[in-house]
Amino acid sequence: MTTIEHKAPRKSLWSKHKIFETNSIILIIGVLLVISVGGLVEIAPLFYLKNTIEKVQGMRPYTPLELAGRAIYVREGCYNCHSQMIRPLRDEVERYGHYSLAAESMYDKPFQWGSKRTGPDLARVGGKYSDEWQRAHLIDPRALVPQSIMPGYPFLTKTELKFDDIADELRANRGGGVPYTDEMIAQAASDLRAQATPDHPKQGELEARYPKAQARDFDGDPARITEADALIAYLQVLGTLVDFKLYDNKANIR
Amino acid sequence: MAQHQDHHEVDAHTGVSTTGHEWDGIRELNTPLPRWWLGIFYATIVWSVGYWVVYPAWPLITTTTQGVIGYASRNDIARDLALLQQQRASQAAGLTASLEQIKADPSLFRIAMAQGKAVFGDNCAACHGVGGGGAKGYPNLNDDEWLWGGSLGEIHQTLQHGIRVAGDAETRISQMPAFGKDGVLKPAEIRVVANHVRALAGLPTERGVDLAKGPELFATNCAACHGDAGKGNKELGAPNLTDAISLYGMDMASLTETLTNSRAGVMPAWGQRLDPTTVKALTLYVHSLGGGQ
Repeated sequence: MTTIEHKAPRKSLWSKHKIFETNSIILIIGVLLVISVGGLVEIAPLFYLKNTIEKVQGMRPYTPLELAGRAIYVREGCYNCHSQMIRPLRDEVERYGHYSLAAESMYDKPFQWGSKRTGPDLARVGGKYSDEWQRAHLIDPRALVPQSIMPGYPFLTKTELKFDDIADELRANRGGGVPYTDEMIAQAASDLRAQATPDHPKQGELEARYPKAQARDFDGDPARITEADALIAYLQVLGTLVDFKLYDNKANIR
Repeated sequence: MAQHQDHHEVDAHTGVSTTGHEWDGIRELNTPLPRWWLGIFYATIVWSVGYWVVYPAWPLITTTTQGVIGYASRNDIARDLALLQQQRASQAAGLTASLEQIKADPSLFRIAMAQGKAVFGDNCAACHGVGGGGAKGYPNLNDDEWLWGGSLGEIHQTLQHGIRVAGDAETRISQMPAFGKDGVLKPAEIRVVANHVRALAGLPTERGVDLAKGPELFATNCAACHGDAGKGNKELGAPNLTDAISLYGMDMASLTETLTNSRAGVMPAWGQRLDPTTVKALTLYVHSLGGGQ
């Protein structure tokens, strides 16, 4: 050991980092502390800052039928190929309409922004095509769009919608912050039936609870409530709720 | 083992100090970071301070710091769209002329065609096909048969307000009765009417069907909308039944379905989604596809 010189020990605070390198528990605590600073600064403010979500007119929670349709949208993995997020870029606004607002997905638990567009963006697909078109297109996309590579979902029109747990579904969403009232939860199954059945006597109640709810037979089979009813009802409401005539773009620049 | 934990020993071979750790005679060199790397590292820290000042950065109580240049991505898109509108202003100004005037003016017409074609691809092709050829239930726009009329004004009205659009007061609306479902006609009578309609269109009829009652059933149930001769009525969107063009098919199965459960095709009201000059351009484009009257 004759080749080693001895230097005077450094007493600075900086040299104390050794404690992190030699004690794994202290290292873990240190890592967690540093990460939580990042979270506090970057994430936590979004929950209290007033300009996180725009002020808009017309947004309401999904009706029970739309919510059931949304569950099918998620189940079938539609988000793998379709985004629901019109970015604030000129060409997107030209093609799809007004760019998506945070307010428009505030009742989506979880949101369906997606990250990949094999098919077109669906954020404003509501009302763009007729129910018949949606139905025929879900059954066999290539019957209407020859160049489409979307798979067919012919079973949706044949499968009865299971909605015995729809009230729980609403309750779960309320747990996530969607303002469903006790009345909405109690009447969930009734509202679902009213929306999918033409000339149902309770459609007035449905519209009172969910303004602008579109009630009709969506799947071409008035006698049954199928998964296609739910999915098409969901697709037809996408992007239609915010009243852009009353929306103040300038007030929400941020 | 580490013998001199608080001492920085210099390795004689490399001239670099060690960390003082030693395992089985192997010591860890404490090589300093390259200066160029450290320089960049400190520069990024300085840069971030500048960034905090220039751009929106730090969260405050109700809002965030706005940054001295007032940047917001939503200003960018607003500016891009304003610029686009400005670029198109001369075209849009031209398209405020009446449909007939645009059609008569070659330069305006060319603008309308270009815009119409792009908009047709984005909005109409999904149902009517890329070339406007249509599909079962979605009219062919290339032929000269029109349900609701093929003049510029009629096409514009259809595009602007759609067909059977709930909530649009001026939408095209009519409803063929569901003769079978509502019990107006018995299945045997529907068969007679279906064959009668085939005969009107010059198609062969089924054997063993007594067509004698056909004209009477047609006159009572169908003629009010489709006309005594079955030539249709564009006011009601009732198709001409005497030609070979049919929206839902003229085979017995399709006709029976139409008569039993009726049909009610829907087209969106594009006036709700597209601006007025775009609807005009689309009108002229559809009119030019081959069937415009």
